[in-house]
Amino acid sequence: MTMLQPDEAETETEAPTAELKMTARDVDVFYGTNHAIKSISVDIPDKTVTAFIGPSGCGKTTFLRCLNRMNDTIRNCRVTGEIRLDGEDIYGRDIDPVQLRARVGMVFQKPNPFPKSIYDNVAYGPRIHGLAGTRAELDEIVERALTRAALWQEVRDRLDAPGTGLSGGQQQRLCIARAIATAPEVLLMDEPCSALDLIATAQIEELIDELRESYSVVIVTHSMQQAARVSQKTAFFHLGVLVEYGETSRMFTNPSDQRTQDYITGRFG
Amino acid sequence: MSVQDTDIPAARPVDWRDPRILARIRRRHARDGWLKAAGLVALLIAFALLAILVGSLVYRGHSAFTQTMVTLQVHVDPKKVKPERLRRGKYDDMVEAALLSHFPEVRSRADRRKLTKILSKGARLALRDRVTADPALIGQTVTISVPVSDPFDQLNKGLIGRSTPEERRIVDDRAIAWFDRLAEKGLISRPFNTALFLEADSRFPELAGLAGAIRGSAYALLVCFLISFPVGIAAAIYLEEFAPRNRFVDIVEVNINNLAAVPSVVFGLLALAVFLGWFGLPRSAPLVGGMTLALMTLPTIIIATRAAVKAVPPSIREAALGIGASETQVVFSHVLPLAMPGILTGTIIGLAQALGETAPLLLIGMNAFITEPPGGVLDPATALPTQIYIWADSPERGFVSRTAAAICVLLLFLVTMNALAVILRRRFERRW
Ligand SMILES: Nc1ncnc2c1ncn2[C@@H]1O[C@H](COP(=O)(O)OP(=O)(O)O)[C@@H](O)[C@H]1O
Ligand SMILES: [Mg+2]
Repeated sequence: MTMLQPDEAETETEAPTAELKMTARDVDVFYGTNHAIKSISVDIPDKTVTAFIGPSGCGKTTFLRCLNRMNDTIRNCRVTGEIRLDGEDIYGRDIDPVQLRARVGMVFQKPNPFPKSIYDNVAYGPRIHGLAGTRAELDEIVERALTRAALWQEVRDRLDAPGTGLSGGQQQRLCIARAIATAPEVLLMDEPCSALDLIATAQIEELIDELRESYSVVIVTHSMQQAARVSQKTAFFHLGVLVEYGETSRMFTNPSDQRTQDYITGRFG
Repeated sequence: MSVQDTDIPAARPVDWRDPRILARIRRRHARDGWLKAAGLVALLIAFALLAILVGSLVYRGHSAFTQTMVTLQVHVDPKKVKPERLRRGKYDDMVEAALLSHFPEVRSRADRRKLTKILSKGARLALRDRVTADPALIGQTVTISVPVSDPFDQLNKGLIGRSTPEERRIVDDRAIAWFDRLAEKGLISRPFNTALFLEADSRFPELAGLAGAIRGSAYALLVCFLISFPVGIAAAIYLEEFAPRNRFVDIVEVNINNLAAVPSVVFGLLALAVFLGWFGLPRSAPLVGGMTLALMTLPTIIIATRAAVKAVPPSIREAALGIGASETQVVFSHVLPLAMPGILTGTIIGLAQALGETAPLLLIGMNAFITEPPGGVLDPATALPTQIYIWADSPERGFVSRTAAAICVLLLFLVTMNALAVILRRRFERRW
């Protein structure tokens, strides 16, 4: 882990005053008739790691995917309520989901690199959004993204090798590099370590901690320990409802809701 | 946890050496053996049938891959060909004179005419082409190999038995004697039959070739590919990626699958009515043939493309959408490239089917007698399968072996295409 910066230390104690990056109000999500998310309101502060925890099937992924409108691609999914990014309604008329997803990047549960070269994996986003004017600029963006994702040292000599040939942990870091190459403002991570071993998990957690300097990070995780390790804010979901939301340190020591208490002490889950 | 802790009774121990259990295992193994044997027998039968088919084709067709030629010293008589009208010269007179010069004792007109029957009607064409290409030959003597007519070709290949009684043979003893004289002089040769691949159809088997049919098939397949490939992919992509889920799309889907099962002759009738009847497109044209074949190939390509597109993992789509790719970008830079091997395999198999398809082409007149290879998609032409059909229907003996040879050529094309499909599939095995 890196040394805590002064302002980070502040975030831990005075989170409510941190600037809000995203706000969700009364969000409901339906898959056909299945009411998966029930009236959830959450504030996501800037330059903070927010963890979503809860038993499986409680709607963490569903809610996360509302934040970059990935649910639009699911045929029978309907989202109501209001979600704002920097005060702007992301479901509003003048927001293009395609552009939104460059600003709110996403890392998926299973590493899913494109079956292309490592370089092309990272360069894809900047290319389609026209972020680099020249090849040299693109090279620089790719190098920076891979460096930030702590992968550059391992792959600098084989950028032309297929991304699918990397190990699981490397693939996931490649996916993180791909997501941050478009310079998003928010990074959504859906159980990014669930397919990884302990060492790879530790590397990614370290990475998340560094990413917090520049981004607002939202991470879904199964593991309470992980939430405790990487996040400053934690939201506990249960059966589509947001049960409790607050400082991570307080949640794990002194939860206010009985269900949270039961979950973090391992009585169900 | 020990068994005593729970209410579940301990399982009764199984005696794995019980004769009943052993007998049961033996029975199961015996069944495995039967299944394997049955599969092997089926495979052997299939192979035997294939071997018989190919063997008989090669046996009957191999003689058509060579052609009996006679080598003559022809004097290009300036009185019989004028430099300004090269193609109109009396070349048959010159070739016949060259042949007759080997038989000075044959004098009567009837005999001489009979003697010249050794030569193919195409013999003069060989000389004509030679002189047209090089007019300086006029007045000189050229050595030229010209084809012999079909009966003598058959005789030379041993397909007409010399021991058959004379009255049941199309060449009589005297003609055989003449032919043998030429053979003794070393003038008869049997080189590879280039005409089979360079010439179009002809009434005379020794002159007939597949060039027209091969070119006609190639044009038709090209048209078929140009129509069915983009349309098929577009339709499949729309159905897979963009179509809403409703009754109408369901009906479309079912009907595409039905279309693949419609007998090909029906497509021929449709093409006859629509392409020739309403649109007034020319008969026998590879364009119409290709359009008709495209109707049949479309469902194959659509079905193959949909399967290939479905096989692209959703995680790839999500990855692209997740960094802000538009739907078009997802399709064109991820889904299509990944599905392409499957699409190409399906397309090649569809085209191979189209190549062998006969019935619809017969209906739109691609079984006409056409002696020139088509110069374009609108020229009348035949296709390989229709050419086989025409030749199989011809009474001359020479066409029997040519039919078999043409089938061999068609099979060769089909095998090549299918092999290509297999190679493609191997080459681009799933990469995720
Ligand atoms: N694509 C989908 N279609 C229909 N129902 C879905 C879909 N994805 C998730 N669900 C339902 O939504 C609920 C929440 O799922 P999810 O958000 O994946 O939970 P989590 O990520 O917390 O495990 C579950 O009941 C699940 O069955
Ligand atoms: Mg999930």
